[in-house]
Amino acid sequence: MNGLTFDIAHLLAGSLVLISFMMLYQDRLFALINVFALHAVVLALSVAWQAYIQDAHHLYITAAIALVFKAIVIPVGLHRIIQRLGIHRDIETAVGIGPTMLAGIGLVTLSMVLMLRVTPEADPLAREDLAFALSIILLGLLVMVTRRNAVSQVVGFMSLENGLVLAATGAKGMPLVVEISVAFSILIAFIVIGVFLFRIRERFDSVDIGALDDYRGERR
Amino acid sequence: MNSTVALLLCGPAAFLASAIMAAAASRLAAATRLVYGATLAISAVLLVTAASHLAGNLGEASATLPLGLPWTGARFRLDGLSAFFLVVVNFGGTITSLYGLGYGRHESQPHRVLPFYPAFLAGMNLVVLANDAFSFLLSWEFMSLASWALVMAHHRDEANRRAGYIYLVMASFGTMALLLAFGLLAGPAGTYAFDAMRTAHPDRFAAGAVLVLMLLGAGSKAGLVPLHAWLPLAHPAAPSHVSALMSGIMTKVAIYGFIRVVFDLLGEPAWWSGVAVLLIGGVTAVLGILHALMEKDLKRLLAYSTIENIGVIFASLGLALAFKANAMPSAAALAFTAALFHVLNHSFFKSLLFFGAGAVLSATGERDMEKLGGLIHRLPVTSFVFLIGCVSISALPPFNGFASEWLVFQAILRSPELPQWGLKVIVPAVGGMLALSAALAAACFVKTFGITFLGRARSAAVERAHEVDRWSLAAMAVLAAFCLLAGILPGFVIDSLSTVTLPLVGERMPVQMAQPWLSIVPIAESRSSYNGLLVLVFITVSASLAAFFIHRFASHALRRGIAWGCGFPDAVPAAQYTAVSFAQPIRRVFGGFAFRSRETVDMPAPGALEPARLKVEMHDVAWEVFYQPITGAIDFATERLNHLQFLTIRRYLTLVFLYLVILLLVLALWP
Repeated sequence: MNGLTFDIAHLLAGSLVLISFMMLYQDRLFALINVFALHAVVLALSVAWQAYIQDAHHLYITAAIALVFKAIVIPVGLHRIIQRLGIHRDIETAVGIGPTMLAGIGLVTLSMVLMLRVTPEADPLAREDLAFALSIILLGLLVMVTRRNAVSQVVGFMSLENGLVLAATGAKGMPLVVEISVAFSILIAFIVIGVFLFRIRERFDSVDIGALDDYRGERR
Repeated sequence: MNSTVALLLCGPAAFLASAIMAAAASRLAAATRLVYGATLAISAVLLVTAASHLAGNLGEASATLPLGLPWTGARFRLDGLSAFFLVVVNFGGTITSLYGLGYGRHESQPHRVLPFYPAFLAGMNLVVLANDAFSFLLSWEFMSLASWALVMAHHRDEANRRAGYIYLVMASFGTMALLLAFGLLAGPAGTYAFDAMRTAHPDRFAAGAVLVLMLLGAGSKAGLVPLHAWLPLAHPAAPSHVSALMSGIMTKVAIYGFIRVVFDLLGEPAWWSGVAVLLIGGVTAVLGILHALMEKDLKRLLAYSTIENIGVIFASLGLALAFKANAMPSAAALAFTAALFHVLNHSFFKSLLFFGAGAVLSATGERDMEKLGGLIHRLPVTSFVFLIGCVSISALPPFNGFASEWLVFQAILRSPELPQWGLKVIVPAVGGMLALSAALAAACFVKTFGITFLGRARSAAVERAHEVDRWSLAAMAVLAAFCLLAGILPGFVIDSLSTVTLPLVGERMPVQMAQPWLSIVPIAESRSSYNGLLVLVFITVSASLAAFFIHRFASHALRRGIAWGCGFPDAVPAAQYTAVSFAQPIRRVFGGFAFRSRETVDMPAPGALEPARLKVEMHDVAWEVFYQPITGAIDFATERLNHLQFLTIRRYLTLVFLYLVILLLVLALWP
């Protein structure tokens, strides 16, 4: 593998981590979804680049799925949901932006240290790729943990899944079936969560999951 | 597949079939007779098969069924040890079924007993036959659950529910310990067949851990102190014939498990393993019988006395381990034979005594000895056989208890030949404890028989009592006969046990049946010998002569007494010697440390009208030292963790996330 292909793969994976960071400090829902769409576009580029350098044509299909579903269908669907719910003006973070960013930096450091330690004999591209993928997964979890709104938790979940796809494509020889099934399970999860959002909303007039806790008679 | 093993495996299958039949037909009037008749027949066939295998010295036979773990199968094996324990189990099963034919008719809720009784027998048979860890644990747990269901037969009683709960907790704990022990034995390769475990020798640390786990697992089922707490609650709670099975037979199955792992699978023992087993056995014997002495509930007393006998057996097994570790096979064979002989004997007389207690219970409705008394006039046959049981368990010649305990002491007397100073000191100390427990056992059963059967009736129910049915009497008479037979023919039993001891300790005791006049000579003629027949003849002749001389030559002079006094000092039955007053001197001596007992006398001032009161306060030290801290800690922890049930969704996510991060951190920082 020559230096340029490696650098480009590195650049794309690194920018995915960067976009995950961008997700952390978006306090408007529309902005968050736009960043997520950007995330998915970069993911599709990264996967396509992997398809090109690994000469694995089925990865183009994965890239296409990422582009169509995650960059277009799901963000558009989420936009509509937010408009129908009328929560596009909401500002929400449960934890302040500063601590969240610090925690994110800590998580990325952790995943770098961990991956570089446990995979010393792996192929360097796969190694860096795995480290970035783990960072994205942890950052996605962090988004889920720091948000109170159900829609932004969905976005966190989706970005987490992007990390999984990145890890899967970085490793050579991952069958297409696995990726397609992951993509479809995500789509179905999206549909199910969407249905639930409306159900929650019908019941509580809000998608703030704190309402669920109030319903159970719990303090927050 | 070997035909004997196939036949023996048909037994549990037939038991299970009769359990299903019993579940279907338990509300019919004839169900009791049908079920106990079926179990009687099945146990008898199994008994004959196993006994002929043991007597014929037919070696080993095994079978594998395509059940259980896919790569191991359900393996079963019949060797000397399992044949001997099959004899114990199925003799108990036969005789209990015979007793059940009569006693079972008094059962108020037969549908709660009948389906589980054959299942219990099936479980015990399967444990003894199992030849891989999976089938062993499965049968063990099946046995525990079936016996738990029998303990809960009369679940409307609050005390029985508590007993059942504690039993269930302790049984799960024991099975967990066994599971871990087998896990260690299987090693990293995970070979769960006993044949593979036998060839793989674990290192010293693992062997020690397996020994401790077996003491916990098998010991909790057998009733070793301090794991005994469930036993005096659960055994008496079951119907009496089931109590006999649990106390007389199931504890022996636990001992089988211990022997199978520690003597067979674990390979060569270390000398200190003998010390651990010896000490626990000695302490168990003394504490068990002290508790029994303080007890006034007939069935609980018998359950505590079971703990004492288990202690004697374990002490003897510990001795065998110590001898085996020091390459003294003949002494090891002596100690091991003594343990097995006591296993057999205890199954005889403990079943007999529980049957007797059941007969008293069904005749009077009472278990409290303070409300019995004078039953010898009402239940003459039961009294006689119960007396034989008491004499046997008190280790008096010429009955069987003496023969086996005598062998134990012969083994203890060989301890000076042991090389380690630790053992040289500890073995005689344990011998002293066993001697103490034997003496206390005699006192305990003098109390039991005297208070229950002698004196005068302490309640109206006793005065209306009638002798029990013939089935029960027949079962008790057979057991009494076996107590006597094993006492005067110990040589026969010892010789039959040679096929068991030879593969496990590498030696057997000298052939005893070749000795003239049924003597037994465990080591050498010059050291010691015992002849039960001679003792029996001597006792019979001297007692007959004494009776003859008294009747013939005693003074015929006329004596005058108070009219209608009838030789009794006082007219009120409550003024008789009671169980508690009998035990009082012993409580004063040992109670201080064994029970932390305190007596307080509440003496009213002169002229005051209230009665004076003597209050005795006793504590179960094992319960307070071992169980209460554990239950307290569990309560505390669950109380704290209870909050986790009611977190918000985000907090759950945060917990999972933090846990993941911590795991990753550990992975990153691990050296």
